[in-house]
Amino acid sequence: MDSTQRTIQLLLKPGQHDGEGQRVAEAASRHLGLTTGRVQSTALYTVRYPVTDTQLRDFATHCLQDPVLHDVALDEFRHDSLYKSYILVAKLPGVTDDEGISAQNALGDFLNEPLDTHTQHIFSKRLYFLEHELPESSLRQLAQDLLGNKMINRFETGPIAQIRDYTPRPGGGAESITDLVPLVSLSDEELVKLSKDNLYALNLEEMRAVRDHYTSIRAEREADGLPLDPTDCELEIIAQTWSEHCKHKEFSALIKYKDADTGEEFEVDSLFKTYIKDATSEVDRQLRANGNDWLIKVFSDNAGAVRINPESLFVWKVETHNSPSAIDPYGGAITGILGNNRDPLATGIGGARLLFNTNVLCFGNPEFNGTLLSNQLHPRRIFEGVRKGIEDGGNKSGVPTVNGAIVFDDRYAGKPLVYCGTGAVMPMQLAGLDSWEKKIDAQDRIIMAGGRVGKDGIHGATFSSIELDETSPATAVQIGSPITQKLAMDFLILATRRGLIKCSTDNGAGGLSSSIGELATISGGAVVELEKVPLKYPGLRPWEIFVSESQERFSLAVEPAKLDELLALGREMEVELTDIGYFTADGTLDVRFDGAPVARLNMEFLHNGVPRKVLEAEWQKPPAQEPTLSADLDYTDVLSRLLGSLNICSRESVIRQYDHEVKGRTIIKPLMGATGQAPQDAAVVRFNFESWEGVAVSNGILPRFGDLDAYHMSAGAFDEAVRQIVAVGGKLPNLSYGDGNFWSVNDNFCVPDSVYDAVSNPDGKLKLAKLVRMCQALRDATAAYCIPLTSGKDSMKNDFKADGVKISVPPTVLYSMTAKIEDVRRTITSDFKQEGDLIYLLGETYDELGGSEFYQLFGELGANVPKVRFAEAKALYTLMGEANDQGLIQSCHDLSDGGLAVALAEATFGYGFGADVDLDAGANPTGALSTPALLFSESHSRFVVTVAPEDEDAFEQHFGGRAYYLGVVTNDGQLRVQQQEQVLISASTAALRHAWTNGPVNRIIGFGQHAEA
Amino acid sequence: MEEKPNLPDLNTPPRPQHEDPGYEVVDREGNIKLPGYKSVDGGHESTEPLQSSASEQTKPVQALILTGFGINCEEEFAAAYRLAGAEATIVHLNQVLHGHVSIHDFDILNFPGGFSFGDDLGSGVVLANKLRYRKNAAGRTLLDDIKEFVAHGKFVMGICNGFQVLVKLGLLPDLSGTVTPEVTLTHNASGRYEDRWVRLKVNPESNSPFLKGIDTLEVPVRHGEGRLIIKGEEILAEIENRGLNCLAYTDFDGSPTDVYPHNPNGADLNCAGLTDTTGQVFGLMPHPEAFLSLYNHPDWARRKRQNPNLSEEGDGLKLFRNIVEHVQSQRPAAVAQPATSQFSS
Repeated sequence: MDSTQRTIQLLLKPGQHDGEGQRVAEAASRHLGLTTGRVQSTALYTVRYPVTDTQLRDFATHCLQDPVLHDVALDEFRHDSLYKSYILVAKLPGVTDDEGISAQNALGDFLNEPLDTHTQHIFSKRLYFLEHELPESSLRQLAQDLLGNKMINRFETGPIAQIRDYTPRPGGGAESITDLVPLVSLSDEELVKLSKDNLYALNLEEMRAVRDHYTSIRAEREADGLPLDPTDCELEIIAQTWSEHCKHKEFSALIKYKDADTGEEFEVDSLFKTYIKDATSEVDRQLRANGNDWLIKVFSDNAGAVRINPESLFVWKVETHNSPSAIDPYGGAITGILGNNRDPLATGIGGARLLFNTNVLCFGNPEFNGTLLSNQLHPRRIFEGVRKGIEDGGNKSGVPTVNGAIVFDDRYAGKPLVYCGTGAVMPMQLAGLDSWEKKIDAQDRIIMAGGRVGKDGIHGATFSSIELDETSPATAVQIGSPITQKLAMDFLILATRRGLIKCSTDNGAGGLSSSIGELATISGGAVVELEKVPLKYPGLRPWEIFVSESQERFSLAVEPAKLDELLALGREMEVELTDIGYFTADGTLDVRFDGAPVARLNMEFLHNGVPRKVLEAEWQKPPAQEPTLSADLDYTDVLSRLLGSLNICSRESVIRQYDHEVKGRTIIKPLMGATGQAPQDAAVVRFNFESWEGVAVSNGILPRFGDLDAYHMSAGAFDEAVRQIVAVGGKLPNLSYGDGNFWSVNDNFCVPDSVYDAVSNPDGKLKLAKLVRMCQALRDATAAYCIPLTSGKDSMKNDFKADGVKISVPPTVLYSMTAKIEDVRRTITSDFKQEGDLIYLLGETYDELGGSEFYQLFGELGANVPKVRFAEAKALYTLMGEANDQGLIQSCHDLSDGGLAVALAEATFGYGFGADVDLDAGANPTGALSTPALLFSESHSRFVVTVAPEDEDAFEQHFGGRAYYLGVVTNDGQLRVQQQEQVLISASTAALRHAWTNGPVNRIIGFGQHAEA
Repeated sequence: MEEKPNLPDLNTPPRPQHEDPGYEVVDREGNIKLPGYKSVDGGHESTEPLQSSASEQTKPVQALILTGFGINCEEEFAAAYRLAGAEATIVHLNQVLHGHVSIHDFDILNFPGGFSFGDDLGSGVVLANKLRYRKNAAGRTLLDDIKEFVAHGKFVMGICNGFQVLVKLGLLPDLSGTVTPEVTLTHNASGRYEDRWVRLKVNPESNSPFLKGIDTLEVPVRHGEGRLIIKGEEILAEIENRGLNCLAYTDFDGSPTDVYPHNPNGADLNCAGLTDTTGQVFGLMPHPEAFLSLYNHPDWARRKRQNPNLSEEGDGLKLFRNIVEHVQSQRPAAVAQPATSQFSS
């Protein structure tokens, strides 16, 4: 132990329950088969600040110790004699240590003197004692699998007699070295190798374009006194700017599409332009023609924006954070949620108030019991880590997580998908200016706000643009600090309202390189002085400072005259602000360190010089056939098993660990009813306490159907999100002139590598064809419902490669939707409300069991994929809006996974009602549908609704042939479904709810030990 | 005459920070001298400047709500007071710590929920430390001010993280009168953070004006560290005898319970909230400010169907109405009889 280094250990007093120790012991036995005996957990704080013995003791006892719970040991590792082994979990150098920083903050208060906050003086660690004497290998396994992550933690383990301490010492000598990277003489192979070795993630053609550019500007560079070869920083900036993550090269590519079945061929001149941007322009035209001019900002800036009313804007963004979550699930997810929060926060001028989070997660089976590939984390561990990340990211920021979805499929076992969405509200005007506009003039200062820069997250943008393998870099991992960001958020809200900020953007993927590079396109250039950038620790090279993705940072453009006031406000609110340069209009991005050139790049080349990709797609319908199932199924048993199946069962243990009602505005939460266990279709949140206006939020995602047809999968997912909002009482947009009923959609594509390569990706053409078809469906859906896309993202390389095996995600698209709710008091929940209410099915059922959860139960895929009939769906949704205006619907639940039977069961979960349903009463008008199709088909655009008996006539008249009578709500707690006088299902709804709440998710999640940061 | 509000000239030199209280400052003519950023108007986005309704004779009850450093329930807290007829002012903690805002200008001091300073050392610990040790220019800590505030007969309320701060500071229950921690709040028995609705029963022995006339209420809990642990039998007995355990978690038939999830955290005495011996300092783990409207309740839709005339107000609002009415009713008395202190500070 260092002589200047002091240690404080907190131990639970004898008799106090050590919940953490107990959970470690249980998890070790359950997940690793290790018998640890009793486990004691203790907290360690290593203090590297000069304090006297008395100060140390008083600080420990007054500030760290809970006098009711803890004993304190100083400069020793105190333990009971019964323990034989130990595990110390420390953090690697430079890893976010919020607990240490908090302790440091407390020390400053205690000593009543300002501590130099630029240095970390206190380091937090955990020290565990185990009763059994375990071999080194078992201790390491326990440490790495349950107590931490080797990417972010350092472990010391061994017999208790020889406890080794470890305290990180980040950094080394500062190296402000900028290297040159000669390109001119390199062969193609060398260019490719250079790109791979440096994680540029640029292909040969792009590397050639860079080389040729540098060859062409030799004279200019010589004249400017610049080196002829590119600097390391220049190549890093180009790689980041040109990354798939930032430039969306594949969505902009020219695609040659061929349908192998029909022989049809055509070219797609950019998926984004053809199917997304142009489709939205057409929707906007139709909206405006009908007096609906609420679409304010689409596909530019950090998030899209729509107008709520003359005073305020709704800003909404959904993104993915997949690759980091595969390596460090907790850090990846928390960084994802906090990073996504920064998008609406930094839209336009900035300073929106966050209203809610939503998230959709795709994982492998958490009960997987096969062999993992090298560096592949167990799906259960990814699940738990991601869940914890979302818990901390949302809860600690004070943003309610109002809904979400979890999808399981073994193909997500390599790379999970972590979609994070955030909605926010912003005034239309900020200090007299249009809040959604970004304006910058030359000479405006560049201010970096929030956290400091370290080596964390270097190469995130380029790294997410390649497939993961066992050598993936540790520096790509970042850990968000919600508290740092909360401070920055509070600051932005105030500073923008005072008119101190001209515009803001977040530092996410690509760090300063990306944020300043993008802002500089507004003014036409920038000068950045990297030596001014505050660092977490010394030892970063200039290029590292520029591309680091250290979190919780914003880049602000500030008028020089407002600078002093802004800096003063930052001091008051304890948000670090640093002036790191200024904007120019000379067309160059000029990066310097202590005056020496680090990078000087032509903005035109940087942003428009990337060669366009030409890709091939070839579609072939997969062979598929309908299975033959046993004729005498026990449907009660089938329903019970469906309710307990992985993709349908309750997610309550996950949902309850998210704060879904902070801010006090959540009207429809994920689980409702007297039991608090009735699942809902969409969340509803009101905007404030003065009006009843609100917004509905839904998510549509159906990857399973993509195995049959990616077009119908995408169309179905879009419809699912629309109908969920319709179910809670939302109305389609543009139904009447100037109704102001905004909708705003984020599309998020997550697909496997879809670039054909004869060796490494032989089915690349088919994968790309699936993507094309997904986009075609999106265009058709957008046009059919007149619902605009406002923002989106694509993640193109969701493959995990190790040990010669590749795990690729199924092509997946998530549609995240929001729509205005005029009066949240008139919204509809899914649960039955009263005995005697009449139950109807709205919308038509087809023989569409292909890809259903029902077939999944029997290990079958089937062939008849559900199709969306847009015209019929739109007509039904319009009728529903009118019916809700008349108050005709008492409960409404959309039909999705598990079809009618599951929807009926779920609608009973809120209060313990039952239902008597006769399938002959109306559900099978042509008599052509099989019983399984009636009960379990997942045909789209359908709802189970209940109607008060006195409204029967009005309801039937209103819906005409679209409503199919099913039966009545009963108070006997029994679900009975019959057909031709034969009872198909007869079960207590309490038993069904039990099967649903005791499904695998609630059994697995939340009870074990999480990988904590 | 229609005149635009006189917003500060954006080109004037920066104002000295100490003049900025964080809420709007309005001159006699109603012109805004300083725009507010945190206000009574929780979360309402408007381009209209914030107006205060300050008629000197009938000055509404003044509630001060602290925010900053990870506190995150200040907006609904303010909305609660506003709905109860008080004026709520949200200020950044530093404005109080630096002496720019005096708590003595207010009637009720409020510590909202959230994760102050990230709660990494145990919930509420860092903030409690700051209140106890951080001295302003005059050499006083905020705790000194709070003791004086309470001695003047004023009120302090803490919800969730705010309750944790009051407990870690020793203001609750403060049987000894020395502001030394006697109980603590720690990790739920379940080991998990949870958001769920619970039923509470008010201890009829409680003397706190916050709870007057309330028998039961439904509210959400949203915490990971809400398990009250009382140090020793003696303290436990005294808390019980003096009725300081003012709120208990109950099961569906209304009796206090230690059964999860009705009792979400396994607290001693099934206790969800505490007051000090005066009843002026009050804290609770659940969130009454999250149940201001009927539509916050998970079962609102069915209840409204059962009873279409159901009140649109939530249970939680009662607490705020109670304290605002109490302060109003005390006002003449407070003038006649200043600072009858039960505390030696």
